[in-house]
Amino acid sequence: MDVRVSGVRKEFDRFPALHDVSLEINSGELIALLGPSGSGKTTLLRLIAGLESPTEGKVFFGDEDASLKSVQERNVGFVFQHYALFRHMTVIDNVGFGLKVRPNSSRPSSEEIRRRSSELLDFVQLSGLEKRYPAQLSGGQRQRVALARAMAIEPRILLLDEPFGALDAKVRKELRRWLREIHDKTKHTTVFVTHDQDEALELADRVVVMSQGRIEQIGTPDEVYDKPNSPFVYSFIGESSKIDVRVENGELWLADRRLGLKSDLPDGDASLYFRPHDVALVSDSDACIMGTVVASRRVGATRRVELEIGGASERIEIGISADHPAKEMSGIAFRPQHWRVFPKS
Amino acid sequence: MALDLPQTESSAKVWHPATTESRAARYALIAITLAFLGLFLFMPLVSVFVEAFRKGPAEYFAALLEPDARAAIRLTLLVAATAVPLNLIFGVVAAWTIAKFEFKGKAFLTTLIDLPFSVSPVISGLVYVLLFSSHSVLGPWLKSHGIEVLFAVPGIVLATMFVTFPFVARELIPLMQHQGTTDEEAALSLGANGWQTFWHVTLPNIKWGLLYGVLLCNARAMGEFGAVSVVSGHIRGLTNTMPLHVEILYNEYNFVAAFAVASLLALLALVTLVLKTLLELKYGAELRAASGH
Repeated sequence: MDVRVSGVRKEFDRFPALHDVSLEINSGELIALLGPSGSGKTTLLRLIAGLESPTEGKVFFGDEDASLKSVQERNVGFVFQHYALFRHMTVIDNVGFGLKVRPNSSRPSSEEIRRRSSELLDFVQLSGLEKRYPAQLSGGQRQRVALARAMAIEPRILLLDEPFGALDAKVRKELRRWLREIHDKTKHTTVFVTHDQDEALELADRVVVMSQGRIEQIGTPDEVYDKPNSPFVYSFIGESSKIDVRVENGELWLADRRLGLKSDLPDGDASLYFRPHDVALVSDSDACIMGTVVASRRVGATRRVELEIGGASERIEIGISADHPAKEMSGIAFRPQHWRVFPKS
Repeated sequence: MALDLPQTESSAKVWHPATTESRAARYALIAITLAFLGLFLFMPLVSVFVEAFRKGPAEYFAALLEPDARAAIRLTLLVAATAVPLNLIFGVVAAWTIAKFEFKGKAFLTTLIDLPFSVSPVISGLVYVLLFSSHSVLGPWLKSHGIEVLFAVPGIVLATMFVTFPFVARELIPLMQHQGTTDEEAALSLGANGWQTFWHVTLPNIKWGLLYGVLLCNARAMGEFGAVSVVSGHIRGLTNTMPLHVEILYNEYNFVAAFAVASLLALLALVTLVLKTLLELKYGAELRAASGH
């Protein structure tokens, strides 16, 4: 099922949570909504589900305007952050709930409900736990029950709110891989919300990076990591170093030093962003960034040095090979391999 | 690897956890508490039963089976059976409104629910006298339609409902606020309609808190004196509830009968207490969220 969010704005008591958000999700895609808390990602997910209604704008499921439909009519599978399992029902009753509450005309018989619930529990590898209550399950098992319950209603799309947020690191990694497998098998159009970039980059076909109620960038994990299109994405995803520079005649300058980097920006103050590990050391040339080593530490296979750059107010970090001596107070000259310049905000 | 812990040098000094009092202080506190409870709670309770049986079981049961006493018992049961279910419904509705919706004046409404607790029961009764007496606007109109409120059963039920209204609502509001709305959202997203959501999800989530509230509400409904006394008119065999009947018997120096009826009320209190303790033991975790009392 294609999903299209078109020009959606959402205000809570006049406080805007989303500003004019548009997004197209292709059928069968696994999409991550990634952003810090307060970026509006959960609000967007709830708008798609119909748990909130937009102040302005529309949500389409295929060609059909879903904005006019209630959450019940939209037929979406929603997995809540803390699972929201019904504590007084057994696991199998939880899974069968969505079928049991259907109107008489479309409700399967109780044996059929039982059979389908068992099948789903089998699918999420929980067979044998049918008679347990949610309180008797581990976090990871509850997560699986929640997913089975959401899938039982044969939803048109699956929506997951921080699906791994409440789990410890090890279970989280296992479930991440498992969710990917489930998605590959069922081909449900799936949207999940996360604040964890590793999760988003590893799991999703496309990542929607959000900040302050706006979409900053939509792209494959490679695109958002390698070609961030805003200072926010640069600093939110992966590591980045930033230097305040000046544009003059299409070239970047730091104080009275030319950096050997070109830019199309008009003359004026700007910020240069690059990945700390994506730099090339140059042997003393006049067009490069020169820094003095103030600290150096070994990080895995590389050496991380902190540099004081003449003319720049803040220290920056770069990653170099581990066998580089990088003594304190020694000078290092380098140039970023990939970089972006943004006008100073 | 063994560590040689340095031995305490002076054995006279015994280490105390910071929050533990000395033995003497502990015993003194326990003794004071027990003495207080014995003097002010246990002795009066025992004396009710002692007085009631002073002239033997025959007199005791005669006092309970006498027509006026039976009428009072019947009326009390009738009032409780009307007021408690109505307050159960209103209490759930009020708690639902306050816990799950956001609206202007919510804080005011929450305060209003507590009003019956902060107002003297006599005033609660007088309010109804003002509302329904023959000098009021409503009274004559109702009377012309053949409905007697004051000095009749409807008035007693109304006054009882007023006084016992907060019990269910106050028990449920913190519980429902604590549980939030995600369970309901989950049910709705799975296709359940509003009624199914309430019946299959909300109600089971609050059932123990609800039972607890109903228990307290019932105990108060049967035992209420002040408000009922004002609106009842004390007509023997007609508008006397058990507490009012006890008072009349006592004023007539009929102590055995007075204490016999009172012993029934005391018994009700004991049963309530036992049930309440059982509920707390079994569903303590769920009830703790509802720390209204």
